[in-house]
Amino acid sequence: MFKNKKTFKMAIVSSMAALMLAACGGGDSKESSKDVLAQIKDEKKIVFGVKHDTRLFGLKNPSTGEVEGFDIDLSKALAEEMFGSDVKPEYKEVTSKTRVGLLNNGKIDAVVATMTINEERKKEVDFTDVYFDAGQSLLVKKGSKIKGLEDLKKGTKVLAVKGSTSAVNIREKAPETQVLEYENYAEAFTALKSNKGDALTTDDAILYGMAEEDPSYELVGGTFTEEPYGIAVKKGNKELVDELNKALKSLKDSGKYDEIKSKWIKE
Amino acid sequence: MLDFSILTNNMDSYIEGFKITIYASLIALLCSFLLGTLIAVMRIAPFKPLNWLGTAYVEFIRNIPVLVIVFFTYLAGNFGGMTAGTIGLTVYTAAFIAEAIRAGIMSVPKGQMEAARSSGLSYGQAMRLIILPQAIKIVIPPLGNQFINLVKNSSLLAVVAGGDLMYQGDLINAKTFSPFDTYIIVGLFYLILTIPLSFGVGFLEKRLARSN
Repeated sequence: MFKNKKTFKMAIVSSMAALMLAACGGGDSKESSKDVLAQIKDEKKIVFGVKHDTRLFGLKNPSTGEVEGFDIDLSKALAEEMFGSDVKPEYKEVTSKTRVGLLNNGKIDAVVATMTINEERKKEVDFTDVYFDAGQSLLVKKGSKIKGLEDLKKGTKVLAVKGSTSAVNIREKAPETQVLEYENYAEAFTALKSNKGDALTTDDAILYGMAEEDPSYELVGGTFTEEPYGIAVKKGNKELVDELNKALKSLKDSGKYDEIKSKWIKE
Repeated sequence: MLDFSILTNNMDSYIEGFKITIYASLIALLCSFLLGTLIAVMRIAPFKPLNWLGTAYVEFIRNIPVLVIVFFTYLAGNFGGMTAGTIGLTVYTAAFIAEAIRAGIMSVPKGQMEAARSSGLSYGQAMRLIILPQAIKIVIPPLGNQFINLVKNSSLLAVVAGGDLMYQGDLINAKTFSPFDTYIIVGLFYLILTIPLSFGVGFLEKRLARSN
């Protein structure tokens, strides 16, 4: 009797714990589907999700505390183009892992964070036109045996970032290599520097930033994918996408886009 | 409600991560118990330099975030993610286990040691045969807590590409875009480990109390 009672108690407690967890799942906040554009105008601010760890695109400058980069300057110009000085642009840090979640629960209005447009993501978010053309490449220590994709044989290790398309691509293009995935580019690059892998893979634009930071590393093998970056907004906000596209086009026409681009990216 | 298709579609990844989590936790549990006991004995040994060494270890290690220790082991040492993570966890948990065991030993009345020594046992014998068996009973509940914490802390392997449950969860999330469901399932897997551990500790506690 005593034994039965105990097993019973145990079952109750564990199922309660499981239920509590499952109940949290109900918190999927998809109901707050208010129009994002209207909300931006209402609150007089637009919140951009940007990277804080990606040189040239979005990097927090430790001495000023400001986030700087192509993505930041471009989104600032876009906000000005769309709303004049009525709407204040604000920035929140995102990573490849968090950006879609933050967009869907309304913490940010648009993602300008080196995000590649692809079919899978189009099911989750709406993209604007391409704002930057990148391609995936490899970063290695100068003098490395790895000269390109074909050298990624069995026994080699490639470092990538969790949630990025490059991690998926490299598994397809070099199926024999082992892929290790890290939280962000800074960690992946640190891991490369301490010899945890033979090469680091992501978009060339980001790799150029790393090679600039530490010139003992270089890009090899050219680009082997096309990575068109787009601005992502919450699914179903066509008006906001149209506005962004219009602003992007006029920035390109006026030469402002090239000005921002050449400030950051020197190929 | 929970979307179980995420579980069924990614079963292999979850199971692989689950295995690594179990493996890393078991090794870290065993090693940190041994290391922790050793340090606890050092801290109360009748030889001052050993005391200092033990105290220095405990105070240094338990006052740093375990994440820092794991990162350090990974980047400074020539280890893979899983090994570095397990070593980091062991080093960290040992400090807490040492404190728990030391508290247990201290709570055994002083007269026990004096009586053991005066009946001819050496310090080591008295410790091994008289003090530690009594201390273990007192130490079981706090030790249980440490072991449960250890299993949960093993999720830090994810940041050094250790391939554990949390790491797999991160990758599945990146693929499915459903953080809620993905991580709830991760949480359920951890419960499979921690709940029996909880009850096991409770059971052991009662058993030992009865034998008193």
